[in-house]
Amino acid sequence: MRTEEDLLTVRHAVRAATVEVGFGLVDQTRVVTAASELARNAYVHGGGGTVTLEYPRDPRGRRGLRLVVKDEGPGIADLDAALTDGFTTGSGLGHGLGGARRLMDEFSVRTGPGEGTVVVVTRWTVR
Amino acid sequence: MTGHRSPGVPILRLGDVLVTGLLNELDDRTAIAFTEELTERISAEGARGVLIDISRLEVIDSFVARTLMELTTVARLLGARVIVAGMRPPVAITLVELGIELVGVETALNPEQGMAALGWRQAPQPLEGARRGTAR
Repeated sequence: MRTEEDLLTVRHAVRAATVEVGFGLVDQTRVVTAASELARNAYVHGGGGTVTLEYPRDPRGRRGLRLVVKDEGPGIADLDAALTDGFTTGSGLGHGLGGARRLMDEFSVRTGPGEGTVVVVTRWTVR
Repeated sequence: MTGHRSPGVPILRLGDVLVTGLLNELDDRTAIAFTEELTERISAEGARGVLIDISRLEVIDSFVARTLMELTTVARLLGARVIVAGMRPPVAITLVELGIELVGVETALNPEQGMAALGWRQAPQPLEGARRGTAR
């Protein structure tokens, strides 16, 4: 992701992946919205980055979709604050990171000053 | 930003109401250009109401939500009432989970109900047969 148009490309790719994995319409919308928030964070705060899609299966055979959103920006100085609703240093509403956590089943962040940021989120199908 | 960019979204005028809609491919620049154009039109045409159909938006993330909230506030300051109509149910569920309530944004189930809220009433349509009957 280097430009704003890339944010749309990410959404398209993630939408196609959710259909492929077999998510229902509400789950598709949850995952695409989470992807949009995380991609925007990487673009606005991280100066661009990459989104990687993975297709894991859990031991019970459920299919999932995992997004790995990575940037080489300045990192998040105060992660707890960044996960709090309404906290923003950018142009959004401050719901991006915390919102993405609520929309997905699994969520993890690795970040630090000068280290960039990697957010990994996964949603599993119901079956 | 690079000059004036047309958002490519038609804004129609019906009496003192502006009627428009958002497309799914809403990027940030288009959203900002749309807000600017709509604001100019409200002011230039003295619109009292604005109906925005969002039934084609498959995703409302926090940026689009913020755009809708700001647009509503600006319109209100100019004396116009905005109604956002036709939100898809999965989008509504996702917005709530995101923690976004679209505070201050009036909504309607569909454009028809939105227009009714803005004071438009549908005149009873004479049936095709009845019209032919009177012409005879």
